[in-house]
Amino acid sequence: MQGSPTPKLIANALACRRGDRLLFRGLSFEIGAGEALHITGANGTGKTTLIRALAGLTTPYAGEVTCEGALGLLDERTGLDLDQPLGKALAFWHRIDGCRDPSGALKVLGLEPLLDVPVRYLSTGQRKRAGLAALLNRGVPIWLLDEPLSGLDAAAIEQVTALIALHIAGGGTALIASHQTLAIDGLRTLAIEDFAPMDEPA
Amino acid sequence: MIGALLKRDLGKFFPFAGGGAALPVVFFVAVAMLYPFAVGPDQELLGRTGGGVVWIAALLAAILPLEKLVAQDIELGTFDQLHLRGLTEEIMMAVRLLAHWLSFGPPLILAAFPAAALLALDGQSLHLLLLGLLAGTPGLAAIGLIIAALTASLRAGAALSGLMLIPLALPILIFGAGALARQDQASLGFVAAISLALVAIAPLAAGAAIRAARDV
Repeated sequence: MQGSPTPKLIANALACRRGDRLLFRGLSFEIGAGEALHITGANGTGKTTLIRALAGLTTPYAGEVTCEGALGLLDERTGLDLDQPLGKALAFWHRIDGCRDPSGALKVLGLEPLLDVPVRYLSTGQRKRAGLAALLNRGVPIWLLDEPLSGLDAAAIEQVTALIALHIAGGGTALIASHQTLAIDGLRTLAIEDFAPMDEPA
Repeated sequence: MIGALLKRDLGKFFPFAGGGAALPVVFFVAVAMLYPFAVGPDQELLGRTGGGVVWIAALLAAILPLEKLVAQDIELGTFDQLHLRGLTEEIMMAVRLLAHWLSFGPPLILAAFPAAALLALDGQSLHLLLLGLLAGTPGLAAIGLIIAALTASLRAGAALSGLMLIPLALPILIFGAGALARQDQASLGFVAAISLALVAIAPLAAGAAIRAARDV
């Protein structure tokens, strides 16, 4: 499942801002193979901004990100075409990723009965599971998950948590931003509020 | 990877491919059909002014697909996911430009045949019109892509993009329709040159625009 080098994701003295507001600063961590980090924080504290900076989608205000191994991102925008049936929308990403047998992930996530349904008609939780299936089928070592449990029912939460645990146990790396609690063994936690600037006037 | 992306983009924008983006072509033919009703069936007048009308119709038809061209995929996160797979925004935009042109340039050129018949254009005018559209539509597609990418994150982007395209498309219109007025294809060289320059710039400009749209 993993590429040849051991996956590693390092943030060094990271600072990000949104608009004119500094969200956090001096944020550092290092996670490697078989490790996972849970980023906690209330809404609007910069979890999504952090994930997008780690993914290289935005440039951090200060600090740097070092990443060894391919990154996969799951956020609220899954890149699945709204007008297409789910099967076709997923097939596009499978073609891009060169995935030959996507059926395993689809079965595990209970997506098989939904393949003919246009993505537009899927619920939030169903779309989230579809995004996770695309991520699973990419087979990348580093997962960046932004609120992976939001919109999911109790059974799906259990299932997704198990999949994340399985990924880590298999030598993968995961960074999970979520305000919900995650039942994963050996999960490190980092509260983003600890890095909020103090001297900033509200 | 690029082949798969082009196939998806074409499926989204090509007329009658399921995306249902036939509107520009229908609009183009509709203008050519309405014009004789508006000015009367004077063959000589139609033949003299019809070429210009076809050019205006082509220019306005190029505005119609802009709303969906880039904004939708920014919202869906498609460009973010492709970025994570190591594709640069410039390549994504180059593929999008090709798909956009293929889905409105050649259909418009084909639709120019019935349009020319409706407007009583003679053989020489039709010849200049077809050459002109072949040279000019890539430029129109390139301008459209740049504008669509720049306005993608704006709320009133769709209305604005129409207003922005018109002045930028003027050189193509002047030289393209001018060839018809003078019955001389020399100025079509200018149209082709403008188009080439725009096609070269468009992926870079549009790529930078969608990258900038992320930093909001």
